[in-house]
Amino acid sequence: MSRRQLTWIISAALVASVGAAGCKKKSSGGGGGKADTITIAGSTSVQPFAEKWAEEYKGGQVDVQAGGSTAGIKAVKEGTAAIGMSSRELHEEEKAGLVTTVVARDGIAVIMHPSNPVGDLTVEQVRDIYAGKITNWKDVGGADKGITVITREEGSGTRGAFEELVMGKEAHIAASAIVQGQTGGVRTMVTGDEAAIGYISIGQLTPKVKAAKLGGVEATEANVANGTYSVKRPFLFITKGEPAGAAKAFIDYVLSAEGQELARKEGLVPAK
Amino acid sequence: MKDRVIEKALLLAALSAIGILALITIFIFREGLPVVFSKGPGEFLTGTVWQPSRGHYGLVPMIVGSAIVTFGALIIGVPLGLACAVVLAEMAPPRARKILKPTIELLAGIPSVVYGFIGMMILVPWIRNNPALGGTGSSALAASIILGIMILPTIIGISIDAIEAVPRSYREGSRALGATEWQTITGVVIPAARSGIVAGVILGMGRAVGETMAVIMVAGNSVQIPDSILKPVRTLTANIALEMSYASGQHEQALFATAIVLFIIIMLLNSLAGLARRKKKRKRKLKGDPAGGVEVA
Repeated sequence: MSRRQLTWIISAALVASVGAAGCKKKSSGGGGGKADTITIAGSTSVQPFAEKWAEEYKGGQVDVQAGGSTAGIKAVKEGTAAIGMSSRELHEEEKAGLVTTVVARDGIAVIMHPSNPVGDLTVEQVRDIYAGKITNWKDVGGADKGITVITREEGSGTRGAFEELVMGKEAHIAASAIVQGQTGGVRTMVTGDEAAIGYISIGQLTPKVKAAKLGGVEATEANVANGTYSVKRPFLFITKGEPAGAAKAFIDYVLSAEGQELARKEGLVPAK
Repeated sequence: MKDRVIEKALLLAALSAIGILALITIFIFREGLPVVFSKGPGEFLTGTVWQPSRGHYGLVPMIVGSAIVTFGALIIGVPLGLACAVVLAEMAPPRARKILKPTIELLAGIPSVVYGFIGMMILVPWIRNNPALGGTGSSALAASIILGIMILPTIIGISIDAIEAVPRSYREGSRALGATEWQTITGVVIPAARSGIVAGVILGMGRAVGETMAVIMVAGNSVQIPDSILKPVRTLTANIALEMSYASGQHEQALFATAIVLFIIIMLLNSLAGLARRKKKRKRKLKGDPAGGVEVA
């Protein structure tokens, strides 16, 4: 290696390290920051709605970061975010010092390809499909085709809620299920595979996928609100201690008639 | 005086790069080792069940998954890459070479998420709908094909350098003995460039083991030991990337333990590649060959 090349490499390393230092500085400013800027972080299921709220909120700048429910809870604990978003109830060991506020409710829809003739499943059938006991669509009234089971990764709020609400204590999601890391990934796979089954938040349904009726009940916000659709979960905002200051102002806005109306329009079920 | 200041500043910058590497290593081991010791290394290295929510941390399905897709990538990437390198270094007219070599180097610059997206949109449905293949499409096969393409630039680049480093006199000697061009390439040039080519293959292997995004998008990521290449698999890297955002406590530590396993595999591969190259240089030096000092990469 020539001397000149060496110099280039070293300069590049220098530039890179300066760049890295710069980034660090920027991200550490997220939590506290100016009084009117708050950071909220967490569940990818809550994130799209939090962004809508943040857009409409007039009281200041709200910085929304996704990363997962667990990451959101951790961020609040460590003080890097003022509010954490979670799409599942907190575990016992996570609860210490944290206050949760239900900002909306959401149902989990079981989705399949629009061309799939099966439109109605029972919760038991969904459980058996995910547990690997039912592996062919013909066993639930469909075509003679193997079922492509798609699930979310361990730790995901949507998966946590699905396991709790559908699988129960005894049944486990089969190891052979395909794992996708994001709601979008599950939707894309179901859109592309006629034999696929997946689950996503009702608020994130699109016309490209078909939501199955569960026990005859359609997966709609109305049915989540009136309690007939059984697979539903709370969306939580988490704060360290009682909400105060800018965080309280934002949560108050989200819970206000205007904020809740926005949630309803986006496909969620109001908290109250 | 000024020179010395600049020299010191550059030295500092260079050391900081090494320092960062050291910090990363320490960090991974510090985060991952506690859970390895509390569960026992056996649980990680021989357990076949990965269910962090229930305290099972077996890495065997992921180690097997990484091995299968890497091996598959080599089956696709090595013959293609080697053929490309031979054509470019030995056969192609200079004009064609001028266009082809940068094009192949461009392959390395395509972000892996783009490879993954193309795989997800085209390759996966193609495998699913192909009557001879079938299955869900998201499979070890899909990951192998995508990775096989992704490692091409590494294999081709290093192989070309190795082939070009073979002294002209070897070729002339071979031709003088009456060998055809093809016999010269297969019988003399490739054997002489072997250790450089092996180094390229090993580095390509390292890239295949380490690739994450593209694999997550096409491999299906099921935690199971597949019984066919049409079944979904999860690699070590996919395991970390998929679950890191939501993991906490012991689950998070277990992901760092996954990183330790990956780290050791990559280190081994890189050392092997280094060894392969050094062996070649030493051999040439012993023979008093003038090409002995030529850097292969």
